[in-house]
Amino acid sequence: MDFTLKVWRQSGPDARGQFETYQAGGISEDMSFLEVLDVVNENLIDAGTEPIAFDHDCREGICGSCGMMVNGQAHGPGTRTATCQLHMRTFKDGDTITVEPWRSAAFPLVRDLTVNRSALDRIVESGGFISVSTGAAPEANLIPVPKVVAEAAMDAAECIGCGACVAACPNGAAQLFTAAKMQHLNLLPQGQSERYQRAERMVETMEEYFGSCTNHGECQYACPKGISIDVIAYMNRDYMAAKSKNRKLLGQK
Amino acid sequence: MAPASPRSTVEAAVEPISRRPASTAPWPLNLYASAVGKKWVMAVTGVIGLLFITGHMVGNLKIYLGPTELNHYAEGLRTFGAPFAPREAILWVIRSVLTVALVLHVHAAFSLWTTNRRARPVAYASRRDYIAANYASRTMIWTGPIVLLFIFAHLMDLTWGATNPDFVSGEVYHNVVVSFQRYPAVIIYVAANVALGFHLWHGAWSLFQSIGVNNPYLNGLRRAFATVFALAIVAGNVSFPIAVALGIVS
Amino acid sequence: MELNAHIPEGPIETLWDNHRFNMRLVNPANKRRFHVIVIGTGLAGAAAAASLGELGYNVTAFTYHDSPRRAHSIAAQGGINAAKNYANDGDSVHRLFYDTVKGGDFRSREANVYRLAQTSVNIIDQCVAQGVPFAREYGGALENRSFGGVQVSRTFYARGQTGQQLLLGAYQALMRQVDAGTVRLVPRTEMLDLVVVDGKAAGVVVRDLITGEVSSHSAHAVVLATGGYGNVYYLSTNAKKSNATAAWRAHRRGAAFANACFTQIHPTCIPASGEHQSKLTLMSESLRNDGRIWVPKDQGDGRAPNQIPEADRDYYLERAYPSFGNLVPRDVASRAAKRQVDAGRGVGPLKNGVYLDFAESIGRLGRNEIFERYGNLFEMYERITGEDPFETPMRIYPATHYAMGGLWVDYNLQSTIPGMFVGGEANFSDHGANRLGASALMQGLADGYFVLPATVGDYLAGMLGSQPVPTDHEAFKSAEREIADRTKQFMGTNGKRSVDSFHKELGKIMWDRMGMERDRAGLEAALRDIPMLREEFYRDVKILGTADGLNDSLEKAFRVADFFELGELIARDALNREESCGGHFRVEHQTADGEAERDDEQFSYVAAWEWKGPGQPQTLHQEPLTFNYVHPAQRSYK
Ligand SMILES: Cc1cc2nc3c(=O)[nH]c(=O)nc-3n(C[C@H](O)[C@H](O)[C@H](O)COP(=O)(O)OP(=O)(O)OC[C@H]3O[C@@H](n4cnc5c(N)ncnc54)[C@H](O)[C@@H]3O)c2cc1C
Ligand code: HEM
Ligand code: HEM
Ligand code: SF4
Ligand code: F3S
Ligand code: FES
Repeated sequence: MDFTLKVWRQSGPDARGQFETYQAGGISEDMSFLEVLDVVNENLIDAGTEPIAFDHDCREGICGSCGMMVNGQAHGPGTRTATCQLHMRTFKDGDTITVEPWRSAAFPLVRDLTVNRSALDRIVESGGFISVSTGAAPEANLIPVPKVVAEAAMDAAECIGCGACVAACPNGAAQLFTAAKMQHLNLLPQGQSERYQRAERMVETMEEYFGSCTNHGECQYACPKGISIDVIAYMNRDYMAAKSKNRKLLGQK
Repeated sequence: MAPASPRSTVEAAVEPISRRPASTAPWPLNLYASAVGKKWVMAVTGVIGLLFITGHMVGNLKIYLGPTELNHYAEGLRTFGAPFAPREAILWVIRSVLTVALVLHVHAAFSLWTTNRRARPVAYASRRDYIAANYASRTMIWTGPIVLLFIFAHLMDLTWGATNPDFVSGEVYHNVVVSFQRYPAVIIYVAANVALGFHLWHGAWSLFQSIGVNNPYLNGLRRAFATVFALAIVAGNVSFPIAVALGIVS
Repeated sequence: MELNAHIPEGPIETLWDNHRFNMRLVNPANKRRFHVIVIGTGLAGAAAAASLGELGYNVTAFTYHDSPRRAHSIAAQGGINAAKNYANDGDSVHRLFYDTVKGGDFRSREANVYRLAQTSVNIIDQCVAQGVPFAREYGGALENRSFGGVQVSRTFYARGQTGQQLLLGAYQALMRQVDAGTVRLVPRTEMLDLVVVDGKAAGVVVRDLITGEVSSHSAHAVVLATGGYGNVYYLSTNAKKSNATAAWRAHRRGAAFANACFTQIHPTCIPASGEHQSKLTLMSESLRNDGRIWVPKDQGDGRAPNQIPEADRDYYLERAYPSFGNLVPRDVASRAAKRQVDAGRGVGPLKNGVYLDFAESIGRLGRNEIFERYGNLFEMYERITGEDPFETPMRIYPATHYAMGGLWVDYNLQSTIPGMFVGGEANFSDHGANRLGASALMQGLADGYFVLPATVGDYLAGMLGSQPVPTDHEAFKSAEREIADRTKQFMGTNGKRSVDSFHKELGKIMWDRMGMERDRAGLEAALRDIPMLREEFYRDVKILGTADGLNDSLEKAFRVADFFELGELIARDALNREESCGGHFRVEHQTADGEAERDDEQFSYVAAWEWKGPGQPQTLHQEPLTFNYVHPAQRSYK
């Protein structure tokens, strides 16, 4: 297969960027999209041009490093797919593929397709955890967790922190990421003690960096883990409760 | 909370778009400091709007029952609550609620819109290929103001009578008919109501998300509700000017 | 160099408890004065940094990733072992200990392994409390499954993403400390050298990958938790950026490197689909619980798998190992697959795989149950190969996966450099010559949550009153200069070949000579070829761009340069070990029916290698292994 790639090149955060066109020939349909970028990069190095910088690591859709706009979609076409899991058999021979970095004020560009997603860490830092220091844990089976609850928490916990939700959202909102982490913990019995403090802190930190959600629902289709916007609704509910709950009564059912 | 000073170069490169101290205002005012809180406000004020628009449309259906019925209904609005409340007292209460709701709704909408624009200062250079975000959801910020302008024009026309060709206070049926005998008015009304329909189609679904009403047993109904609701409102409202224009109501 | 494992005296059951009791403690008010550097924020590093932070130490954590959540631990699929005996199937701390020592083919330290088994129980408690959403029974209790090489169900899992969930737990605990101000997190920063002053670890020199700036950081102690070196093979299941540089640089500064040749080849990976292959994807071993492995009996059987009748299939593992069947340990399963493929019975377009067939269990358990258990793995497989495992059997083949070898550490996880501790896959660990499935996560977390916080504290207690060596000390300055020189050399070489092309070539040598089977001639050839390739690398590598910004090729150059030296050490270690054990299979040493033949008389030791300078062969030190509780026997899974 042969492809024409239009790739966004930008040497630094403040430099001017533009699309450059590259040819990628002799591509097998079994190759992943990142392997095509590898091929382009090898050719670029041969030709004495700096290779395209892009983040990647696990190449199996779990580390959340990779991520770029491919043909106007975060992580490219297909649902539940990270860029590294995008295989060339999804495209047609001869296609032109346009690749652009993720754009968000919270994700300043580093170089070419690499962006800085550390704002997501700030959200987790603000409350995306259960405060239990090493050694302070009770016996694991002491608190039963209904299977449906464990499954629902796992659905949310699958988030890989790639930021595709932000990239895809017309508002640049990080609602799906934040809500996924928050609900993973808020759904579990272990997470109840800090549930409302967590909701408050995570939402308010999120809002310092990201846009707000108007329920476009684009994020859940971009999300490589297919996390549902249900979690956003739960988060909105928890946030309201956080602001109005008499927390002295939290110990009661 | 964004840290006071960055602890690494990675962190230093990221500028918050707003550095807002936690609101110290008393509940529920503190809600309005956050975007999620503003969305609650939009949803609640949106619901007030939905209730109004439903009542208004249903009430206006009396047009088809003739002048006496409609005028009687309009008079009923003014004498609502009699003999306990003075004339128009309840009406003014409702008007105040509606006005406050509209102001809050519009203010929240614009304030979130500007935040969202700051959240993506550099737009995508290639064409976006949306999957879920639809025409309605992406045009809320346009259909909203269209509705706002329409409300203003509509009040000038049928409440204050300033732009009505032959405004007679209390003769609601007459006022409506003379207004819709102008083709431009018909077009404006129809267009505005189609815009309203889009706004409602997204809004009447979206508000459930905003206030966290999400239950697997009901989720399928949310979209259906929004569709039926928006269609019903548009159909009802659009029927009035068209009926007049076609001479069905005169 | 003197190797002292510092194993305390006493019965093994109480060793760790007694040892902890005997440790010196640091007064809470003094903890803040001690500065600890943690390199790496995978399971081991994040857990250690978080726990040390919770204790009140002043921690700085470096990672080359943009966030700790990206560490390679995130990719672990199958599960984590713990001796909880929730299944009531006869498990116990002692059995986990026994299985691990036996699984490791009697090349691990009993005391360490016993502690690992004991701690495993606490790990699960800790993780559940952190909110790790492990699989549950309908009654709400934790669910277990069995995993390669053992006959009890002791593996806890979170769908096919156990490593992800455990790492997120550790990452979240770490971020809580970052928020609390006890840990300073420095992402996208790579350690390029260890600084040793007066024989003690004094700090590190790091490069900021965004700005290219090289800086020194000093501390009272340094913890290395930088993962494994499987990527020396180029193609492996490891993440693309996983590398050995931190460990290797520490080795060059005096830390002994142990058992380098003990590398694990994982039996269930998706076979390469061509030359372009950039990495290999693991299909969790748990699949072997319900999948049956087979090849056609006839070479070159061109029929589609579903067309091949039972009579023409060879379920070779079930045939040769009736009691363990498809669940034999990884090394055994891998070699068996290699032999089938070498014998021309490989399947798939490139004839480079064997079948892993679910038809029978789909029939027995139903499609839904199989989907429930392996849905995401099936989906992952289909995405990569375009084939649906519900319809046609998976194709699998072994691939490099894990490094049992690593920096030598004593019972306290302290390397031969005082003040430098090593945790997780980076140390030579508790797995001997072969790691059992679901035991690496356990070890990483045991090291990070429970062992290092105690042993590092003990070391620090002895340093009360001392200040970290200032970073303008000559040792730091000269290390910085060295890095500047190497950078200049790389940037100025202006050769013709990309770093990746060298890495691929090295990987090919490694796989051909040091893959599933090794022999003297091959190893000697490797010892000739690798230095030649390394020299060519320094002559002909081509790195574009600048050194003072993000430069992927430059990052890789530093890593690949170290892989060359490590590759050589692996060959040297493999050559020295004239026996077959675990992941190390010397063709010369096998039984009549092709099983590994250990030589306990001569090789019951840890081979710890001491760096002697560039271009010089390392010297060997032996740490003898004694077995008082599990008596060495030929492993048998028949
Ligand atoms: C595909 C796959 C599946 C697996 N499945 C299982 C399983 O089911 N069960 C199981 O028990 N084990 C499994 N393992 C093994 C297990 O995941 C690893 O052994 C373990 O996670 C290693 O953890 P770690 O903390 O030692 O290192 P890693 O998670 O690799 O972390 C290394 C850290 O060090 C940092 N680092 C490295 N070098 C430097 C440097 N020079 N400077 C700064 N930072 C540096 C990295 O950024 C990273 O943060 C699997 C492994 C693979 C490859
Ligand atoms: C009186 C007529 C109006 C009604 C009935 C109405 C109703 C609604 C409703 C129900 C929502 C959904 C709220 C939510 O999702 O939480 C909504 C959203 C919105 N409205 Fe209105 N609205 C009206 C007028 C306006 C006006 C005049 C504007 C002008 C700016 C506006 C702008 C918006 C915007 C931008 C949204 C998107 C936010 C969202 O989807 O939540 N609306 N509206
Ligand atoms: C085409 C359909 C519509 C018709 C025929 C119509 C008709 C009228 C009439 C006759 C009045 C005056 C009632 C009175 O004075 O007693 C009125 C008032 C009003 N209408 Fe409408 N209307 C329509 C659509 C709308 C829409 C879509 C909105 C809002 C989005 C709206 C908002 C209002 C408001 C706010 C008032 C003022 C009520 C008050 O007196 O407080 N109308 N309308
Ligand atoms: S919610 Fe989905 S899209 Fe967003 S960061 Fe997590 S995995 Fe990525
Ligand atoms: S796309 Fe954006 S608007 Fe909300 S539902 Fe998703 S965050
Ligand atoms: S490279 Fe890890 S998710 Fe794509």
